[in-house]
Amino acid sequence: MENLDQLVQDGLAAVDSADSLQALDQIRVEYLGKKGVITQQAKTLGKLSAEERPAAGQKINEAKGQVEQAINARRTDLERAAIEQKLASESIDVTLPGRGQDLGGLHPVTRTLQRIEQFFSRAGYTVEQGPEIEDDYHNFEALNIPGHHPARAMHDTFYFNPGTLLRTHTSPVQIRTMEDGKPPFRMICPGRVYRCDSDMTHTPMFHQVEGLLVEKDVSFADLKSTVEEFLRVFFERDLEVRFRPSYFPFTEPSAEVDIEWGREEDGSIKWLEVMGCGMVHPKVFEHCGIDAEEYRGFAFGLGVERLAMLRYGVSDLRMFFENDLRFLRQFR
Amino acid sequence: MKFSEQWLREWVNPANDTQALMDQITMAGLEVDGFEPVAGKFSGIVVGEVVSVSPHPDADKLRVCQVNDGNQTVQVVCGAPNVRNGLKVPFAVVGAVLPGDFKIKKAKLRGQPSEGMLCSEAELGLSENHDGLMELPEDAPVGRELADYLRLNDVTIDVDLTPNRSDCLSIKGIAREVGVLNSLVVEGPEIAPVEAVHPEVPEIVVRAPEGCPRYLGRILRNVDLSVESPLWMQEKLRRSGIRSIDAAVDVTNYVMLELGQPLHAFDRNEIEGGIVVRMAKPGEKLVLLDGQEVELTVDTLVIADHAKPIAIAGVMGGEHSGVSENTRDLILEAAYFDPITLAGKARHYGLHTDASHRFERGVDYELARDAMERATALLMSIVGGEPGEIIEVASKQDLPEDRTVDLREQRVTDVLGLEIDRTTVEEILTRLGLHIDKLLKNGWRVHVPSFRPDISIEEDLIEEIGRIFGYNNLPVTEPTGSLGLRPQKEAVRPVSAIQDYFVSCGYQEAITYSFVDPKVQNLVDPERDGIALANPISADLSVMRTTLWSGLLKTVVHNQNRQQPRIRLFETGLRFVKEGDRIDQQPMLAGVVVGNQFPENWANGRRNADFFDVKGEMESLFRLLGIEVQFLASQHPALHPGQTAELLRDGEHVGWLGTLHPQVQKKLELNGTILMFELFLNSIVSGYVPNFKDISKFPEVRRDLAIIIGSDVGFADVERVAKKHAGEHLTALRAFDVYEGESLGEGNRSLALSLFWQHPERTLNEEEVHSLFNGVIEALQEELGATLRS
Repeated sequence: MENLDQLVQDGLAAVDSADSLQALDQIRVEYLGKKGVITQQAKTLGKLSAEERPAAGQKINEAKGQVEQAINARRTDLERAAIEQKLASESIDVTLPGRGQDLGGLHPVTRTLQRIEQFFSRAGYTVEQGPEIEDDYHNFEALNIPGHHPARAMHDTFYFNPGTLLRTHTSPVQIRTMEDGKPPFRMICPGRVYRCDSDMTHTPMFHQVEGLLVEKDVSFADLKSTVEEFLRVFFERDLEVRFRPSYFPFTEPSAEVDIEWGREEDGSIKWLEVMGCGMVHPKVFEHCGIDAEEYRGFAFGLGVERLAMLRYGVSDLRMFFENDLRFLRQFR
Repeated sequence: MKFSEQWLREWVNPANDTQALMDQITMAGLEVDGFEPVAGKFSGIVVGEVVSVSPHPDADKLRVCQVNDGNQTVQVVCGAPNVRNGLKVPFAVVGAVLPGDFKIKKAKLRGQPSEGMLCSEAELGLSENHDGLMELPEDAPVGRELADYLRLNDVTIDVDLTPNRSDCLSIKGIAREVGVLNSLVVEGPEIAPVEAVHPEVPEIVVRAPEGCPRYLGRILRNVDLSVESPLWMQEKLRRSGIRSIDAAVDVTNYVMLELGQPLHAFDRNEIEGGIVVRMAKPGEKLVLLDGQEVELTVDTLVIADHAKPIAIAGVMGGEHSGVSENTRDLILEAAYFDPITLAGKARHYGLHTDASHRFERGVDYELARDAMERATALLMSIVGGEPGEIIEVASKQDLPEDRTVDLREQRVTDVLGLEIDRTTVEEILTRLGLHIDKLLKNGWRVHVPSFRPDISIEEDLIEEIGRIFGYNNLPVTEPTGSLGLRPQKEAVRPVSAIQDYFVSCGYQEAITYSFVDPKVQNLVDPERDGIALANPISADLSVMRTTLWSGLLKTVVHNQNRQQPRIRLFETGLRFVKEGDRIDQQPMLAGVVVGNQFPENWANGRRNADFFDVKGEMESLFRLLGIEVQFLASQHPALHPGQTAELLRDGEHVGWLGTLHPQVQKKLELNGTILMFELFLNSIVSGYVPNFKDISKFPEVRRDLAIIIGSDVGFADVERVAKKHAGEHLTALRAFDVYEGESLGEGNRSLALSLFWQHPERTLNEEEVHSLFNGVIEALQEELGATLRS
């Protein structure tokens, strides 16, 4: 039986030096298998007395257990090492860029338009579209700008023939919507407009959003809140807004809207004109078959590029229509 | 309109400073565009008198002068041609500082000492004139500070008036506004009738009273036009942006600036017979004061004599009948011309004059007589002369009607959103010169004066009240009113969803002009003429686009010229197509792709985008929109004949997808293979609302087959035939391999297909699937000539 201790010592040493799962399994077979050297020790029990047998049997079992435990522990170690090795071999450079498509982007004018549309949609305004090649009536006459009106000179108009033109504003969409529907109305009309003018600060095409609200009881004070709130939401700033009397043939009273845009040297507010607005002129209602005694309305209009330039710090209006990718990519 | 602040303050002088005054009128609706000091910044300039002039011993062009500066007489060397004995001039003494911080020091000019400088207008920043010394009047007090003498502590204010405010095109009109804003009384010069001293009157016939409802004429005999207008008048004109010409012209301009009535002076001796106001006759010509000869159109109102036109009414006089230094007798004209008759006339002749600007916007129709009297008196004080009677021809029925407008108190409150008390309303109206004719039960009956042609309805009055009260003093309230919910179609996707989809596919949105270069458009859409603009901004922006490709391809050129090899662009917008008499304005969606399909990097490689990349993107778009679209091999003049698909939805044309034709590409100087698509937005945005079907619990069966088939047979045909014979439980059919190679024989290709079957209520058995599968194979063999690949 002194032999048994030696066997255990040998076995443990073998387990300790096993460097693979395969080698470890061979050791298991060699010591603990059916013909394993420790298992074989059980055959010696027969030569022992009945009194001696239990103690000897127990010793053999303990020896088996000792080796088995060592094998299991070693197996766990080897398995862990194997996994670690596999994982190490699978490691990648996670700092390399990913595969697949790049992201494009919306044009800054569209981006600006979408913000404006969202603001007014939430306030219950519909978004209306209309033709860009317009007739004289909808672009001018119905808006209280008859043929001889000096305000026509303010609109450098592109013509196809004397009665057909490219709309100079999106107001005709308001006329068409009022002609086709019944008050009350809350709408904005975004879109392309055209003026025959091209220099540093003018492009022959640009975008406008015009808004219109027609209700039984609406006043200039309501217009003020709508415009002020819109500008503060748009610029995400609590900026000063002022209303300056002005003139548009289709509104009366009319105002131009200035916002606070920095300070003068003497600390006074530097004002910047951003919008026009006013109460709908009764003549306009008349042209659309709406009773100006029953309904009143306010209207406002703004240049989208102008707001986009202020918002994003774009310095040259013409860049909007060059569609240079190096420009466009800055807005995605 | 430019005016001198000092001149305005002669009429009304509020306590506020220049800046406050400008802010005040801006906020009343007379927007100040800018202001400028009337002279440069200088010091040490006095009125000097040249007491002797002698030649410079060593320079032909220089003179040695003795100049009295009020304290002493000093020597000054001067090169101006108009220097002479006795001349009064602005004199910069030693130590003076001229504009631009130019200091005057003792100097020697060609050996002669010079102590100071005689100045021109330009050197003092008064005008651009540097032809010679500025000549001061003989009575200018020697030694007086020039700034003090000329009252140069003044600014020119430039007001950008809106077209409705013709009443403010004069000092009188602006003063009226300032008076209202400051509650001050406005006082102008007294105007009294000038008595006639002789019986001669002009003969005046008005043949076109609708264009000229009022015409006044007066003869002024024996004037001396060699006399210059006084310095104060020249200065006021200069500070209002008008150059002094001669006394007659200066006075008419002066009265126009002062009161707002344009006037004209004719040389009586150049007028044959009398004055006739009529429409021009066909072919008539006139040489205008600016020297240009114009051929008059018959819708032009002219002033004529018995032989010829002598002026375009309200625009410009003729050269021939204009006054000159030798004119002895004048005919003065003051008229009211109808704004509608004059509208656009000046522009038609390429002109824009101070007179036409005012008449087109509407001059006070009661002003002509006062203006005539004022001009006569001023003229006589300068050039003398003997006045005759004023002859007035007026057609009452053609003059604007006297207007009254009723104003309701409640309406003021309703429109402005604030109750303004009666006294305030009445005071505002009265100070504006609007007379309250009558107090009504619910408001006022207001008489509109002749100088406010812009006021004709109640809202006009409300605007006046709001404007003077101050828009910024009005309250701010939230609009009320019911907000009904509106219908929203689930099956219709917003365009923004499409835009977002393309952005996620790597496309950059472009916005190109709706008018394009006809040459480019002819290449991409040769079968259609774009609608041409009558007045395009340039030849390359002269026709309306019939396809968005015209603008997008130009954008590709722009970017390729700037080292951008990978370009993916899309645009939405209208195209414009003429259909008979109708113009169709159709919303389109278009895109162009060139360069690598994916951004070049270690993983993506550098594979160029091809037809199937873009087709895949289209197919995903259609799934997003919930629509089914067929791609049909077709032909388009701008596209590669073998790489063009026409897109159909339920048999209806919805667009194109293809590769740009290599010849078109070459002509446009584009690089690379360019893929393009264009779709009718309205035909694709409306899809379906999902409708749930039970998910089958039974297994799906897959069968693969490979066939050899003619290359001219499209996959769509194979798919159609296979589906027809695969039974109702076919759930999918896919092409998983396409191969062309010599081994298959010329004109053949191999297609590998997978077919999937699934029954909703039971497991399909082997024989069923086998029989359907064989049916498909037989049909492909019989109908399309396919053979099974072994």
